Amino acid sequence: METLAGRKIFAGKASGQALVSSQPVSFYGGVDPDSGIVVEKGHPLEGKSVAGKILVFPSGKGSTVGSYTLYRMKKNGVAPAAIINKECEAIVAVGAIISEIPCIDRIDIEKIADGTNVTVDAAKGEVSF
Amino acid sequence: MKLTKEEQEMLDGKHGRAVKKSMEILTALGDIFGAERLISVASVQIAGVSYHNLGEAGLDFLAEMAKDGKTRVLTTLNPAGMDMENWRALGIDPEFARQQERVIEAFKRMDVITTCTCTPYFVGNLPRFGDHIAWSESSAVCFANSVLGARTNREGGPSALASALTGRTPEYGLHLDANRQAKIAVDVKAELNGADDFGALGYAVGKKAGSKIPLIRGVNAASVDELKSLCASIATYGGTAMFHMEGVTPDKATPADETIEVTAEDIANAKRELNDETDIDFVSIGCPHASLTEIRRIAELLRGKRVTKETWIHTARPVKRTADAMGYTKAIEDAGAKFACDTCMAVAPLKGRFHGLATNSAKACYYGRGSNSFKVKLKPLEECIRIATEE
Repeated sequence: METLAGRKIFAGKASGQALVSSQPVSFYGGVDPDSGIVVEKGHPLEGKSVAGKILVFPSGKGSTVGSYTLYRMKKNGVAPAAIINKECEAIVAVGAIISEIPCIDRIDIEKIADGTNVTVDAAKGEVSF
Repeated sequence: MKLTKEEQEMLDGKHGRAVKKSMEILTALGDIFGAERLISVASVQIAGVSYHNLGEAGLDFLAEMAKDGKTRVLTTLNPAGMDMENWRALGIDPEFARQQERVIEAFKRMDVITTCTCTPYFVGNLPRFGDHIAWSESSAVCFANSVLGARTNREGGPSALASALTGRTPEYGLHLDANRQAKIAVDVKAELNGADDFGALGYAVGKKAGSKIPLIRGVNAASVDELKSLCASIATYGGTAMFHMEGVTPDKATPADETIEVTAEDIANAKRELNDETDIDFVSIGCPHASLTEIRRIAELLRGKRVTKETWIHTARPVKRTADAMGYTKAIEDAGAKFACDTCMAVAPLKGRFHGLATNSAKACYYGRGSNSFKVKLKPLEECIRIATEE
């Protein structure tokens, strides 16, 4: 088993299947808050659902309203189980905190293959698979 | 990040749940951006007010924070999705209105002053030179940093609320001298007059300099209304949260490494970009919210005339009340134009109601095209009113 160490953004534990994007994610306008499906045209995850997944992507982008979109997804039961970033920025960080989604960053995300079962222990800043 | 004893207690939950959640947000942001400590803020401006953008979940979040959260510093609000008093006459759906009222009620419970304007500096939220503040709303952030010389990063709605409930913000970015220096000098070689010209300047500088802080030279005079328009435009098209303008803005500007020019041709090109081929069925003034000077001028231009297009003026309610007292409102409304206070066309649900917008605001052109799918025309104020009244 491999363990990667990064930094805690919001504490919590979660296990699940990794959904990996090589491109940044915009939650406001980029993900449908009712279904959890990525709707951004041309995005590598377009058409895929992030619900219950360990969502792995380099960083957030787009409007700061995206923090509220994550919160809507959580309330609708379609939020990711955890978020792993290469470099977390304010939109995703604030979204994870207000939605209480475990979140870590400073992880070498290229090492995580799409579809792998991973476990995140955000308080320790660790992901293992 | 180093916290004081009181701040640690706030984070540990000894000051209640809303303060704890707020401190989690602020310390996480501080860690991400490498802040060494939290600093006190003099005032806060919160965006994320329109129910159109917040949705039910955003409202839930605010209601949750309002259970035990109270502002510790002067805090004002960005525009809402409708005129809070006159929404019926402006054709807003009653169900939307009910939800929007719940949003405002949640803010009021936290003792946020529910001004609903993007020009907080016109209604009593006026920081001093050098004050640290936590503001959202890109045009107001740019105005505070550039024109007033106060210091703020561009906050999102939740982080601004977190600062309101704690009186703190992490010390990074534009709070620090080193990050407020100009990165690019812009020599303006064009005559500029009015909000539309300064909006076109913001477009031209924004497209050329991107998010680099510019030092704008060669603009010898600029009114508050012209600067307000420039702030909105440069933040929209460039993404920068501040600029220096030689002889106009108060921060000390050191010479930049790189120099570019904005010529009369660049301004003309910007205007071409912001003028679509279209007929006009909607005239909107007040992005950012109209000042008393602008409202007085509109009243003067409309006196004794009659509008033939739907014409809306967006402003802060306290400004409108003064216009009421002066008779400006009567002159404007007698001509058939309408006030839509507390809101603006960037955040109100107007898509499908109109197709061609005339405005003196370059920022309004962006949101008119994007959020509302309008065709747009950027024109001087006088020309907008002429279009509004032509047969």
